Amino acid sequence: MTLIIEAVVLGILTGSVYALMASGLTLVFGVLDIINIAQGILVIVGAYLSYTLEKYFHIDIILGLLVTIPALFLLGIGIEWAFMRRIKRDRVMISILVTFAVALVIEGLLNFIFTPNYVQLTAPYIDAALPVFGFYLPYIYLFGFLLSVVVLTLLYFLVYRTKFGFGLRASMQDRTAAALIGIDVERVQTVTFGIGVALAAAGGMVFGATNPFNAATSYDLISRLLVIIVLGGMGSLRGALFASLAMLVISDIIDVVWSPVWANVVFFALLIVLLLFRPQGFFGRLEGRKQ
Amino acid sequence: MKIIRTFGLLAVLALLLAFPLLFGDPAVTTIAIFTLLFAGATVAWNIFSGYTGYISLGSAVFYGVGGYALALLCKAWNIQGGYMPFLLLPLVGLIASAFAIPLGWIALRSSRHVFVVITIAMFYIFQLLAFNLPGITNGSDGMFLPSPPWDAAFFNTPFYYVSLIVLLLCFFVSWWVRNSKYGLGLLAIRDDEERALSLGVKTGAYKLVAFAISAFFIGMIGALVNYFIGSLYPAFAFSPAFDITVALMAFLGGVGTLVGPLVGALLLAPLQQYLTVQLQIVGLDLILFGSLLLAVILLLPEGIVPSLRKTWTRWKASRGVRSPVAGSREKEEKALLAKGGREGNG
Amino acid sequence: MNLLEALNVSKAFGGIHALDTCTVRVEQGSIAGLIGPNGSGKTTLFNVITGYERPDTGVIRFNGKTVEKPTPDKVFGMGIGRTFQLTRIFPRLTVMENMHVAVQRRGAASLLSRWSSSHEQRQALELLEFVGLTTLQDMPAGNLSYGQKKLLEFAFILIAQPRVILLDEPAGGINPTVINELRDRIRDLNRRGVTFLIVEHNMEFVMSICDTVTVLHRGTTIASGSPQAVRSNPAVLEAYLGG
Repeated sequence: MTLIIEAVVLGILTGSVYALMASGLTLVFGVLDIINIAQGILVIVGAYLSYTLEKYFHIDIILGLLVTIPALFLLGIGIEWAFMRRIKRDRVMISILVTFAVALVIEGLLNFIFTPNYVQLTAPYIDAALPVFGFYLPYIYLFGFLLSVVVLTLLYFLVYRTKFGFGLRASMQDRTAAALIGIDVERVQTVTFGIGVALAAAGGMVFGATNPFNAATSYDLISRLLVIIVLGGMGSLRGALFASLAMLVISDIIDVVWSPVWANVVFFALLIVLLLFRPQGFFGRLEGRKQ
Repeated sequence: MKIIRTFGLLAVLALLLAFPLLFGDPAVTTIAIFTLLFAGATVAWNIFSGYTGYISLGSAVFYGVGGYALALLCKAWNIQGGYMPFLLLPLVGLIASAFAIPLGWIALRSSRHVFVVITIAMFYIFQLLAFNLPGITNGSDGMFLPSPPWDAAFFNTPFYYVSLIVLLLCFFVSWWVRNSKYGLGLLAIRDDEERALSLGVKTGAYKLVAFAISAFFIGMIGALVNYFIGSLYPAFAFSPAFDITVALMAFLGGVGTLVGPLVGALLLAPLQQYLTVQLQIVGLDLILFGSLLLAVILLLPEGIVPSLRKTWTRWKASRGVRSPVAGSREKEEKALLAKGGREGNG
Repeated sequence: MNLLEALNVSKAFGGIHALDTCTVRVEQGSIAGLIGPNGSGKTTLFNVITGYERPDTGVIRFNGKTVEKPTPDKVFGMGIGRTFQLTRIFPRLTVMENMHVAVQRRGAASLLSRWSSSHEQRQALELLEFVGLTTLQDMPAGNLSYGQKKLLEFAFILIAQPRVILLDEPAGGINPTVINELRDRIRDLNRRGVTFLIVEHNMEFVMSICDTVTVLHRGTTIASGSPQAVRSNPAVLEAYLGG
């Protein structure tokens, strides 16, 4: 029984980190109609960046976030300006290929710079754990959870309580109408993409601290993230959060109850099962997006 | 014009048939074999994804199923290496199609973007199953395909010709579909699926059939590749690189066109083979490949074949030769003037 | 006899009640008009009737029988054709190919060839002539002007010989010469027994061709009757001026 509780707790903690990364992905889809396949590799970039800061400059990984998050925000803006903006027609489909290509290039660069050897972020407190409910809870997971809570709350604030957020939500619903009421839709799109990637940086640090990784880990990551946002309903932040938690909890329970292998299969199979009954995901809209 | 075309095609065909005799070096024929096989895979991928517009990034499922199907059949029926396994290919194709029907039925219930994600998920499920069902697939230890008893100099030749046959067959089917009423329905689905549905096109069945046809050939090709290599491992049989490569080739040449995928594959496959074998610098192949893909998509969004066609049409128009488009515009204007109406409609 | 009926249909999108217990009846063989100020729910009603939207409440009846869960293909099978305000044609296919998508075939084998019967070719050509697009048959439909696209759409829904045709703003955005032609075509088809339900803003067009006119306002029917009666109905005037 304790195993199951442990699985649930762990699922919630890791799920929150996935929620961070998935939120970036779903936000970008909602506002720009772009499925950013590069989100996976960008998480890894964030992880490698934290790794470099820690290894060569001895900057603690948590403090390092002050550098990695803005850095990736700028990277995101750069990518949007250089590539995403050029896609005029058939955005959803072409964006998949463009972001895939960007991901390939970044993967190649990472392989070149860091080699395909697995690394993991280290810090003195990572191995320490908090004893609770009869099992040990690694501090890093708790921190990851806290980080996610803080960042997601800030995100919520930004999206629902600020003027920028208003522009963002308006652009999500109807780009033309938003432009007509004076919202600089292009700016909103660029900044949103930047935010999406910055979220990847935050998630990347926690991911890198709790998993050994290399550039190829991004494939697994982006597949899970895609499943999560589809399950949650593409474009829905609530959906991303809910689906992340649900998927990770279920996955972790299967992991302890059955086997780690089948946990992975179930993860992907759940997507298919759910879509059979609810093609739009938990919180998605059935109707197409108005333009 | 037509005579030049037919003549050209026959010349190309003759060259293809004579290739192994002209270039005996196994290194060269190996690249040729992989090129033919990738070309076949791209043309097959295009039959579904190109014509209907539903981008599948999980075709590797059928590639892997094909590989394992051949390995398991050879094991079960005790088939020795040589020509026999080639005869099993149509059966392998049917097995892949059989998998495609339920998978396609599930995946095609969703919108286009969700479809892509489902194909990715399905791919991962199969890869995981391949790793984790050692009773069937021997897990990560992999399986072996029977070794043909041919000597090194001759070895590539049968593979070359079988690959060529599969490619020609696949291309023929693609041509037939493209020029049939069925293919017209597929293209209509690509342009506006709901509209096609409202005009009586059975969109569900049409898509599923295309998906199955595509899987048939991809399955055969998966079997051929693995038979050629001789061994089968989950990570390679179900490789994420397969779909990316095939999609890139199709987009480079012109996705949704008949000849585009062929052009894209013929250009890219040899390059890819060369890069992966020759380049020792880690990561460079990905950087080059990704950059190439980016350049193609942003600069030539429709691919080589349609862009060439457009340039050709424009060149003809500027030379004063009447192109169909320019000609009909003039006729339209004349017709309107005759009606006594104003210039242009709306 | 009422061929087509939408009874007490309601449809809400979030907080917006596009249709509110709306009832519209179309008599067989008539040309019925559907008018109302912007946002009154006309296109939504079309979408509900033709299966593009599911109504929250209400039923659609065709030929006296209730239609269970209408979908575009079911509606097509019943003999209802529909055009869209923002034309929905197949832009990457040529005009002739657009027509051929709509040409129906019997049997799976016939799907394998494109131009199998000269009868079907003739059918497509005849309809293109009917709308005056014969000379443009090899042009990619996406290159047509707005008015030409409308005519193409009109032509290809005719191929299935529908019993009822729903036209969504057929006169919008096209010049008077073409409007007159359209009017003639509609009358022509009507004489041959086709029923029409037409959404229009162009009052002159509606008044000149419709046998009955139904007025929608804020998702509900506020008036229905002959064009003259509706035109002088105070509630209608109020809706247009006040609403």
